[in-house]
Amino acid sequence: MHELPQQLANGLILGAMYGLIAIGYTMVYGIVQLINFAHGEIFMVGGFGALTVHLALPDGTALLLALPLMILGGIAAAVAIAVAAERFAYRPLRGAPRLAPLITAIGLSIALQQAVWKWYPDAKKARVFPQFKGESLKILGATVQRGEVFLLIAAPLCMLALGLFVARTRTGRGMQATAQDPDTAKLMGINTDRIIVIAFAIGATFAAVAAVAAVAAVAAVAHGLKYGQVDFRMGFITGLKAFTAAVLGGIGNIYGAMLGGVVLGVAEALATGYIEEIPGMSQFGGGSWKDVWAFVLLILVLLLRPQGLLGERVADRA
Amino acid sequence: MTALLEVRGLRVAYGKIEAVKGISFTVNAGEIVTLIGTNGAGKTTTLRTLSGLLHPLAGSIRFDGKPLTRVPAHRIVALGLAHSPEGRHIFPRLTIAENLQLGAFLRKDTTAVAQDVERAYQLFPILGERARQPAGTLSGGEQQMLAMARALMSRPKLLMLDEPSMGLSPIMMQKIMTTIAELKADGTTILLVEQNAQAALTLADHGHVMETGRIVLSGTGPELLGDTSVRKAYLGED
Ligand SMILES: Nc1ncnc2c1ncn2[C@@H]1O[C@H](COP(=O)(O)OP(=O)(O)OP(=O)(O)O)[C@@H](O)[C@H]1O
Ligand SMILES: [Mg+2]
Repeated sequence: MHELPQQLANGLILGAMYGLIAIGYTMVYGIVQLINFAHGEIFMVGGFGALTVHLALPDGTALLLALPLMILGGIAAAVAIAVAAERFAYRPLRGAPRLAPLITAIGLSIALQQAVWKWYPDAKKARVFPQFKGESLKILGATVQRGEVFLLIAAPLCMLALGLFVARTRTGRGMQATAQDPDTAKLMGINTDRIIVIAFAIGATFAAVAAVAAVAAVAAVAHGLKYGQVDFRMGFITGLKAFTAAVLGGIGNIYGAMLGGVVLGVAEALATGYIEEIPGMSQFGGGSWKDVWAFVLLILVLLLRPQGLLGERVADRA
Repeated sequence: MTALLEVRGLRVAYGKIEAVKGISFTVNAGEIVTLIGTNGAGKTTTLRTLSGLLHPLAGSIRFDGKPLTRVPAHRIVALGLAHSPEGRHIFPRLTIAENLQLGAFLRKDTTAVAQDVERAYQLFPILGERARQPAGTLSGGEQQMLAMARALMSRPKLLMLDEPSMGLSPIMMQKIMTTIAELKADGTTILLVEQNAQAALTLADHGHVMETGRIVLSGTGPELLGDTSVRKAYLGED
């Protein structure tokens, strides 16, 4: 029997990471109706960008000093890839049947994995990532690793910054207008191409923060995710989960993405901890079934509330 | 008079289907010019091409002395051409105030923008009363007022209105027409597309009748109002 507070904390941490990545899926979808399946790989590239900075720093640099630089390195790498993908892979396909960019996204996802595997030094195996040393913390009866605290701080801060950006700035308003009616946005003088690039860049920034946070957080949150290291496949299943979170929360809604992430993370943690306690379900518990339960949850939500938790039924007057 | 807008031999197609088949007309500064015609005549297509949302097959567009044909849509409003599209197209999940702000997206003179917002509320008091509500909650007629007010927020030299009276009650319709006349009196040049030919021709200095992509008849407002074929086809007389 696992302690409930611990399971909830694990779920929250995992969910915060899903949420950060889910924001990228949801923003891009909200503006260009494209499911950017390569977004999980943008997250992975963010991890490698941060690793590169870590390797370039002198040995023994305190992690607290190195972390901001590593985040910047991760963001730079992730944003560069995301913006290039938009410009050269997706933009030429705008206006094409929806299947074309979707297939391109899947191809790009595989290409990015293979590129890192082939060209990043020693990336054929997982590469060790620096970790916070020192005692874990006790918060409300749950043990939280130092690296996880970073994630718990970063996620709400990122959300708040994004919320203010979208609601209060001119570019943010241009973004909402472009999402709601791109042609009319152009009539207002909004350069919608630029807005789309910004959406990709923001998504990539969040994914990079999530990547650094995820790998800075020490293991034991969930079995499937190998924290404390980066590898070229790390974006695949995590990206799929984050996409699930975006759909769960209501695709297109940035707060929904974070909520969906947290709901998914908590559900996964609870399923891992408690399903096997239910009589007759003992073989369906534990870490190996958690991905299954995550997708069962997705299917249930889609059946009962197809627009997602915070999604709005599109009922605009014509 | 100087031609503010000069369209020559404009042809526009959707794929292989040519919707506008070589039309020419001019709009002089200070005038109201109207395009009328049956459904599918190509009026909306013409306006969408002028504002850069569609690209012409052939022909030239000159606005305020400059060619427009290769200017991207988001640059055109900066030149002084505003377009209130058919079917209103307000931003439903943004508030009324935010919709108006978007109409002034490129303007840097924030105090003058605030004054123009106030002016819009005077023109259409309902917009002021509901300023903080999502625009999608407005009635169809109210949305039409918002679309028109939003287009005015850029302080355009030429305002293009595509069926501003669509779906309006006779009283609202009258109100919109009065507003158009007032805008003209203030010096705004207007290109008006209307199904309500009677109302449009009464206001217009010049009118053009479109049929299947061509201008088939042109004249002053009173001339067209008096034309028997126009009265038959568009004013329901026999
Ligand atoms: N997106 C489109 N794709 C293909 N054909 C189109 C498209 N939009 C309009 N058309 C066609 O182009 C022609 C002109 O349409 P347009 O909307 O310009 O007419 P209109 O004069 O504005 O008509 P209405 O009075 O009904 O608004 C029509 O035959 C229409 O079916
Ligand atoms: Mg039309």
